[in-house]
Amino acid sequence: MSLEMIAIVVAGLTVAIGAIGPALGEGRAAAAALDAMARQPDIAGSITRTLFVCLAMIESTAIYCLLVSMLLLFKVGPLFEQAQAAGSTP
Amino acid sequence: MDNPMAPIELFRLGPVIINQVVVVTWVVMGAIVLFALWVRLHLRRDKPGRAQQVAEGLLDWLRQEVRAIVDRPPEPFVPLVGSLFLFIFVSNLSSQVSPFAGPNVMPPTADINTTAALATVVFLAVPVYGVLLTGTLNYLKTYLQPVWIMLPFNVMSEVSRTVALAVRLFGNILSAEILIGVLLAIVPFFLPVPLMFLGLITGTIQAYIFAALSIVYIGGAIKMVEQRGQKKEESA
Repeated sequence: MSLEMIAIVVAGLTVAIGAIGPALGEGRAAAAALDAMARQPDIAGSITRTLFVCLAMIESTAIYCLLVSMLLLFKVGPLFEQAQAAGSTP
Repeated sequence: MDNPMAPIELFRLGPVIINQVVVVTWVVMGAIVLFALWVRLHLRRDKPGRAQQVAEGLLDWLRQEVRAIVDRPPEPFVPLVGSLFLFIFVSNLSSQVSPFAGPNVMPPTADINTTAALATVVFLAVPVYGVLLTGTLNYLKTYLQPVWIMLPFNVMSEVSRTVALAVRLFGNILSAEILIGVLLAIVPFFLPVPLMFLGLITGTIQAYIFAALSIVYIGGAIKMVEQRGQKKEESA
């Protein structure tokens, strides 16, 4: 198995594992916001606004995982390939 | 699959390479400026046209949102936050014209350089607004909140949240583009359409979130000064 193949497999695992936490967290946040909106419909607007900001914060961990996997696929993987073609293992 | 993060070179002006991102940014900027000029030239008090109503509604909405977040008159913040929102909104939706203008028009916000520049603007705007609205000393004291030991953590949080702001927008927009690109390669008929709808929603929400977060950051520094002032009055 070449180093580039390892990089591809790890890139897949990064997104797969990294998406679990944010998914659970966003589900809990949305459920809590819906609950609060059902209890107090008057302040639904302000809850929605805060919810969007919170979801963006939670989601950013998943985005970091995506970024790491893309770096592995498009930057690090080709670097390994070049290094192996040059005859030196990094 | 090609590297979606690689810049697409269009032409050169002397030694300067002009990428596709730069050209699309120019087009977006030109479209917004032309719209604004058109509305400016057709301003009417008695019978407002459609464009004027859209512009007025947008401005009203922006003012309302900013006022709800910062709890003070929104006038000083609306020009910055409104420009950020408009530019990001139009850029995010600019990829929707790609079937007509060529196979792969990437929105400028799918490039880390654009989003990093926008996040840097927010990073610089926080101290500028803080100093202008609360005074230099009062603003600098917020870095010592709640105790002076927190100084390095406060500085670190300013830097890390700027990076997060840039990467969040970039990652969201680029991932939608990659998804559509992969589906276009596998099933070019109909299946990408729902995902393009999803791209529309993501683009709008991300533009809103970027503007909302920047106003939360700017308003946060000012609010901390005001809360400290209130506490002092109570204890005195």
